[in-house]
Formats: sequence, structure tokens, C-alpha cells
Amino acid sequence: MFSILRSMFLVFIHLFRKKVTLQYPEEKPVLPARWRGRIILTRDPDGGERCVACYLCAAACPVDCIALQAAESADGRRYPEFFRINFSRCIFCGYCEEACPTYAIQLIPDFEMSEYDRRNLVYEKEHLLVDGEGKYKGFNFYKVAGLAITGKGKGEGENEEPPVDVKSLLP
Amino acid sequence: MAIIYIENKPYQAPEGKNLLNACLSLGFNIPYFCWHPALGSVGACRQCAVKKYRDESDTRGQIVMSCMEQVAGGLRISIDDPEVREFRASIIEWLMANHPHDCPVCDEGGECHLQDMTVMAGHAYRRYRFKKRTYANQELGPFINHEMNRCIQCYRCVRFYRDYAGGRDLEVFSAHDHVYFGRHDHGTLESEFSGNLAEVCPTGVFTDKTLKKHYTRKWDLQSAASVCVHCGLGCNTLVAERYGSVRRILSRYNGAVNGYFLCDRGRFGYEFLSSAKRIRRAAKRNSASGAMEPADKKIILRSIKEIIAGGRVIGIGSPRASVESNFALRRLVGPDNFYSGMSAAEEELTALSIRIMKSGCASFPSLRETEKADAVFVLGEDVTNTAPMLALALRQSVKNRAAASLKKNRIPEWDNGSLCVIKDEEPGPLFVASLLPTRLDDAATRIFRGSPTQIARLGQAVAHAVNENLPAVSGLEQAVAKLAEEIARELTEASAPLVVSGAGCLSGPVMEAAANIAAALAAVNPRAGLFLALPESNSFGLGLLSGKPLDQAFQRAEKGEVRAAIILENDLYRRSEKKRVDRFREQCRHVIVLDFIDTATAAKAEIILPTAPFAEADGTLVNNEGRGQRFYRVMDPEEDCRPGWRMLAEIMEYAGIGDAGQWTTIDDIIAGLCAEEPELQGMREIAPPAEFRIYGQRVPRQPHRYSGRTAMKAHEDIHEHKPALDFDSPLTFSMEGFRSGPPPSLIPFYWSAGWNSVHALNKFQAEIGGPLRGGDPGIRMVGSSHKNFEYFKPAPVTPTPGGREYLLVPYFRIFGSEELSVLSPSIAGRIPGNLLLMNESDAKRIGAGNGSLVRVAVADAGASLAVKIDPGIPEGVAGYPAGMPGVEFMNLPAWGAITEGG
Repeated sequence: MFSILRSMFLVFIHLFRKKVTLQYPEEKPVLPARWRGRIILTRDPDGGERCVACYLCAAACPVDCIALQAAESADGRRYPEFFRINFSRCIFCGYCEEACPTYAIQLIPDFEMSEYDRRNLVYEKEHLLVDGEGKYKGFNFYKVAGLAITGKGKGEGENEEPPVDVKSLLP
Repeated sequence: MAIIYIENKPYQAPEGKNLLNACLSLGFNIPYFCWHPALGSVGACRQCAVKKYRDESDTRGQIVMSCMEQVAGGLRISIDDPEVREFRASIIEWLMANHPHDCPVCDEGGECHLQDMTVMAGHAYRRYRFKKRTYANQELGPFINHEMNRCIQCYRCVRFYRDYAGGRDLEVFSAHDHVYFGRHDHGTLESEFSGNLAEVCPTGVFTDKTLKKHYTRKWDLQSAASVCVHCGLGCNTLVAERYGSVRRILSRYNGAVNGYFLCDRGRFGYEFLSSAKRIRRAAKRNSASGAMEPADKKIILRSIKEIIAGGRVIGIGSPRASVESNFALRRLVGPDNFYSGMSAAEEELTALSIRIMKSGCASFPSLRETEKADAVFVLGEDVTNTAPMLALALRQSVKNRAAASLKKNRIPEWDNGSLCVIKDEEPGPLFVASLLPTRLDDAATRIFRGSPTQIARLGQAVAHAVNENLPAVSGLEQAVAKLAEEIARELTEASAPLVVSGAGCLSGPVMEAAANIAAALAAVNPRAGLFLALPESNSFGLGLLSGKPLDQAFQRAEKGEVRAAIILENDLYRRSEKKRVDRFREQCRHVIVLDFIDTATAAKAEIILPTAPFAEADGTLVNNEGRGQRFYRVMDPEEDCRPGWRMLAEIMEYAGIGDAGQWTTIDDIIAGLCAEEPELQGMREIAPPAEFRIYGQRVPRQPHRYSGRTAMKAHEDIHEHKPALDFDSPLTFSMEGFRSGPPPSLIPFYWSAGWNSVHALNKFQAEIGGPLRGGDPGIRMVGSSHKNFEYFKPAPVTPTPGGREYLLVPYFRIFGSEELSVLSPSIAGRIPGNLLLMNESDAKRIGAGNGSLVRVAVADAGASLAVKIDPGIPEGVAGYPAGMPGVEFMNLPAWGAITEGG
């Protein structure tokens, strides 16, 4: 008898608690920046594509829903010729973001991707690539990589000596 | 075998080998860089350190480099000792101090020996806070990409390129920590084996430039075992595919054939597979407009049925089609109507070489065994251009004399540093008798240059000098007679003499002379060997099937006995004079061409059926030493393409010929072949049958980390398709199946836990550098157990025609003379151009200079070519660029006229 009354009391005082339920979609939830939702491809501070098509995201993906093809542009930068994510398979685990050596692929707090037709869940590069840096500001892979690209010759990267003069025997 | 103790446990290891090799063979993991099984030890990188103990009571031990330590009984070592582990970790830390932060954009990433070794040695974090060293790169031509920043100074590249492959234009420059590996200036790497740098380099300094065009990581490549189709040696390859196109070729280790390496034609020729000249759709000529129009395969099969029902059908096979395809064609048209499709000279030489091998006149070493020869005589073959990997093997043979003298001084054979010091002081005997200058001349002891007749006469003189009972050659010049004496002396004194010849100068008497020498040597030395090179990937296999050259088909057509011809993967314009092929085409009412590239022959066909090239078909090729080897498809053929044998089986089924309806898999065809050809019984044993399973599982073509399965085709269809089925082999187009230790002929790629690079091969070999576990794949079809050799009689000397006639001899080029590889853009960039090679005085006589156009005319054909003056060419002889793109066929060697002006 006592326990029944206690339960009723407990349920009753919940009426005065703060509500957790949101009136979605009229009311939008506030999600933390690191919430794992829709996947985007970002750009570096200079506006260049961050993705260098290294295939690490594809290899890390446990459901194998990322497919891409590497290519090299005339200025020496690697980029994905196509980049496809099949969101009907994606489990939003974030492993791709973790694997990405250039901060290109990022999961953002957007989950509104429902579709009536599964085919619309196949995102190509034009659907994924955004114009900003996303969560990780300031990183530019080619500044720290040894590879030369147009505008950044050998030895012009961060923490690099100028190229060796092969003809010099000086110490 | 000696007992050595590793971590106090006894193991058996071969005495005299180096310790690193022995430990890796036993399955231990020791990191290493400068050591390579084919290149030996120099002890430069200090990475393979282990601790060596004096005896049981020794607890301190000393750190030694395992690659420089010899295996001896009672040797006690520790690989896991904390001190030596720390030593190895600090070595790699130093190596990594200047290594760039490049892996995501590096083509080696994911199959990098440096990555593997860094993980193995345990270095994880860069403590060095200072700036990284950088280098400028060089443009090294269409095959190899250069990214010098990544170099860890292991010296493997120059050791391979210069000491192993005999190249001269890759060097190490500068000093101390500025050491630079490259050319003296930008420019194409000259060596025919430069592609191996991509495999030899432990990191990403030298990478495959053709792979870069459509870059894919190793873990994403679907691979299968294959056999190179670009010459007659049958080197083993690994073909890798992604998104329906072949991405690269790697060397597949075969301890009896190519070992660790491949030539550039074999490695980069694959790009022809995606050439615009590929035929992918069945087509039929519109009788009204005369244009080729794609047509439904059913309609085409119906037309073919009608043509076959009309009778008088002949089949023309091809030395570049598999044994199965040629056999299927022979079955379709009947043995009497089957022609090999080889020119008369090719056919004769192939038959001759098979006859010689069957006679058992000498031992017939495998390609890899030729490396062990200690005296070599090459007759009439420019091996670098016709059988490139043989040239690489012969370059190793000249070191054997130096190696023997090392042995005398108790220096182990694997001590490459010592070998390189003395190899040039005591080069082994290598005699080259050729029509024209060859790429092997720089390694030769003596060079003889002459016409095929003169080479044959020299050969017969050598045979006479070896065995006096053989007829002497009369009227020999003093110098030639002296040379013959010298060659004979060196060959007789050698412990493993080798005679090399082949179809390279298209002369039977030369090959006969070579056989005579080898037989005369073998009578006194059972190790005396004969190696005969053949022009195409399945010349030998076709030679076993048929004995009728193309000319006989032409003769039959001349008599009006041919109504229709079915031509299998063969461009007749490469095998006979244009006039004769054109005439043959006119005489045949119907010409059906089955091919995968659009050749001049296909352009004149009435019906074209697309067959599948090596990457999309299964089949067997028989190499020049009679070794039958199976190749597997790496992907299913696209559109209408089918393997030649399957297409022919479909025709037979549709036309109701024979028991073809039962030919559903390659195993059925092989069973049919074995029933008809008792000689080819070995075909059954070459590879496991399609039903072969390991614990009920197939062997996967995809690595376990194959990515993108649920996305790669999602843009076409959101539903994931079932993987293609394979009824012809125990392989599967999947990542599921049995991985560890498939039979050697099935190995689709090399991978082992912790070993992602090509060095994972270590785990597949019974002994490092030796045969694969389970034996090297391939079966030699021709045995030579009994001897029934009769010495060939010297050919009579044909009189030299007078007047202004020149002896036109063919010359071949590694890049240019082979039909398929020239369609590869990277190889096309290396084709030297169609040049007539002439001596300066000859050129002057006709008033021509370098680059001026001349007209060449022999009996049945003529051509206009630019002249190139080459001082190495004898007077009265001119080199004709046989088989090069755009060069007309001529029946060479022949006497012809050269006149100025196109």
C-alpha cells in the first residue's frame, strides 16, 4: 500500500520538473558541435579542397559506405575525382573523421536527412563539399606536407629547410 | 643445416646463409631496409640489429647486424632483447627525422616497407624538434615518379639499377646528410628495368607513374595471378583492378621464372587494356553501306552459323591467344583446317625449338637458373629487346666468376659489398654474336657482329672446337676462328655453361648451331644448358597444337578452297606481306575476327566478336621453356567480351558442332584438350580445378580491408549486387574466403599481418629467395628424359648477291616491337621511331644522312623509312624495325635494295 502511494507521489511531482521533450520540428534541438550527424567535406583556410583522396576514411568505414577516386590537378594537389557516401548504409560512427589526416571529412550536428527514396541518400561530392573549414580552423595540409604544389615549392612548408644543393660539399 | 639458438630455443638454419635471411625464413620479424633477397647484404642501414651471445653463459652479448652475420652451428642470438629493441627503435627514429609528413598523398602509403618497419620497430612519436631536410625532384620519364624528400638513404635503388640491372643513368650524388639519388639531370630513365625501382624502394621515392594516373590503395585493389603476355618468357604478374579498370601490374614471384623483378614492358604494357582501340561490342558489316555496325550477339551468332554451314571454313589461331582458345578454334574448324597464324619463319623456329627441347640434347635451364651460368654464349638474339628478363638474368651470370673467387677467399656469397668491388675486375665470360649492336654489349667479353649465316658459321666452328668429331667450318677468317677457339675454351672450362639463342634473327641455322654447341658441351658436362627465346607469350603452346603456318592457309585460299576464315586474336598484317594478306581477304568471302583490339585485320572483317584480354579471361600460356602457366581473370569481362575459348564454345553450341555444349568451364576444355593431345597431359596439373576448396572456402581476390562495397555502385543502383560468380577457378570476387596459404598458383596478392608492402612475399616463400611454399607454379610440358639428338649439319653458305643489294635484318625494340604494349600511352612515349639502321659508309653511298628518307624494297614488300647512322652496324647490312607500329611486314632477313628518297 505504502509503495503504491509512494509511486503515485513520485509521478505526481514530475509534473513540476523541467520538460525534456521538444516540440520538434517547430522547436529545434541545440546539439553540441561534436555531435555526429551529416558528413561534410571542408576546405582549407585558403579555400582549397582539404580532401587529398588518401582513402583512409573509406578504409576506416565499418560499413564500407564511402567510395572515391583519387586524381591530381595540374597544380600538384591531390583531390577526389568523385566522392560518394551512401547514407542509407552510414551508421554515423565517426571513424572516417577520426581517420582523416587533413580534417577534410567532418561530422556535423545536422541529422535532418530523412528521405522517402533511398536513392536520394547517395551523396556525391557536390552534396558533401562545403565552402568553410568546419570545426577545425586553420589547418592546411599542404603547409606541413613535403609535397610541392603550385604556390608552395620545396622547402617552403612549415618547419622545412630550403632544398638541398646537391652540388655543394659544404657541411 | 646448422642448429642456431634464438631466444635460447634451437632452430635449424642453412649454414653459410646470412642470419637475417635465416631468421625471416624461420618466420621471425626483423626490420630491415638495405637488405634485399636479390641484392644481398651491405650492412648500411643498421636496422636489422640482433644480439649475439658467445655461449650459454654469456649474458651481456653484443649487438650485430643480422644481415652481415653468417649462420654457423651453435650461434646464439636474441631478437627480443630490450637493449637491441631500443637500438632498432632509435635507428628508425633517426631515419624518420627527415621523412616528410606525406603518407596521405604518397602512393606508397598502405604498402610501404618504411611504414611497416616503423610500426615493427616501435617508433611512434617524432621527438626531433628541428626543421626537415628537403630535396628538389626530377622528372624521370613516363614510368617512374620521383619524390626525393621521402628518401631514407638505404641505397637499394642504385644497387638495383646499377649493380643488378646494369643501368648507368641513376646515381647517388652529394655527401653526408645531403645524399641524393637521381639522374645527373632531368630525363627519362634509360634502363629497361626501371619500373622495379617502385618495388625495390622501401618508401615512396620511386613510385609507379601509371598507377598515379588512377591511384588506388593496395587494400582497395582486387587482384589475381596472371602471366605477362608481352614476350615469350612468361614472367608471372599480379594484375590489380578497381572500378572495372586495371590499375597496375606487380611482379608475382616465381622462383623458377622471373624471381622478384619484371621488365618495363611487362609492368607498364597493361595500359593497352583501356586503350581506345579495345573492341567491346560485337559488330557486323552492313552489306549496303560497308560500315561496321554494332549488332546483337544472337544475330551475329546466327550469321556465323550460316557461314559455318556453308562449309570450307578455316581457322587461324594466334601465338598471343591462350592454349584453350587455340584449341577451341581447332575443334571448331577441325585439325585439317586449323592454321597457327604464325609466319613461316616463326612457325619453323618454334617447331625447331620444340624439337630441340624434346631431343634432350642438353639441360634446359629455367629463366632463373640462367643466372647461375658461369659462361654464356648468345647467338643472334638481342635479348634485352626480345626477352628482356633474360638479359637481366645474364647480367647476373657475369658476376659468378667474381662470386666464385669470393668463395675461395671464404667471403660469403651474399656479401654484396665485396662482390661489387671485384665484379668488374673479373667479369664472367659472356660472348654475344648478333646481327646488330645489342643492349648487352657493355657486359660482353667479346662481341661478334655478322649476318645470320656468319653467326651460324661461328656457332658451328665453336661446336667443332668443343667436339672435334663435328664437321669443321671451312674458309673461316683467322679472327673468327680464333674467337671460336676462345669461346669453346671458356664454355668447356665452365662448370655451368649456357648457350642462348632464339627466334630473334629469324634464322634456323643459328638455332641449330646453338643446339649443336649445347649438345657437344652436354656430352662432357651434364650441367651445360641451352636457352631458346621465342617471340610471343604462347608461341610454344601453339607450336604444340599445330604445325601449319599462315602461308599454307594463303595457298589454300589461292586454290579457292577457302570460303570463310575465322581469325582468332591475330593481326595477319604483322605476319605476312600486306599484298598477300589483302589478296587472302579478297579470296575469302567471309572473314570473322575474334579479337580484343582493333587491328588492321579486324578493320577488314565482316564480323567482329570481342574477346577478353588476359585481365578478363582465364587461360594457359606456355612460355619459351615449355612451362605451362595459368592466368586468372581479375574482373569479369564487360559488355560482349568473352574469353576466346568461351566465345568459340558459344559459336559451337549455337552451330551444333561436336560436344561443345558440354564446354561450360575452362576445366571442361582442358579435359577435352588432354583427351586429344596426349602431349599436353600436364595441363591438368598446372592449377587446381574450379572445385578446389580449402576448408570448404574459395580464395578471395580482394584484401580483407577492401573498401567502398556499399557505395561504389550506389549511383547506378542503390541495391547492392551479388558479387560476380566464378565457375572457372577456385578464386572468388569477394573479400570472404580462405586467406592464409593458398596454393602458389592461386596467390592473388601478398599480404601478411604487419607486412603490407611487397615484402609480405617473405611469408609465402619456403625459404627467402627460394621457391614458394608448395613449389613454384607452372609445369613444364616437354620433358627431355631420353636423348635422341642428332647433330644438325651446317647449312650451306648461300652466295651473296652482287650489285647494290643490302642484307636487311630485323631489329626489335623492347618498346615498340610488341603489338599490345605499344597501345599503352606510357610505353608509346618510349618508342624510338621507325628508323632504318645503317653504317655510315653505306648511307654515304646512297647519298643519305641521319634522318633522310630512303626507300627499302625486298621481293614482295617495300617501305619508306628514315635513316639512322649507327657505327656498330657492319657494312652491307641494314637494320629494319620489324613489328614497330606503322612498319610494314617484310620477310626478313632478306636481300633488298635501298634507294634514296621516299
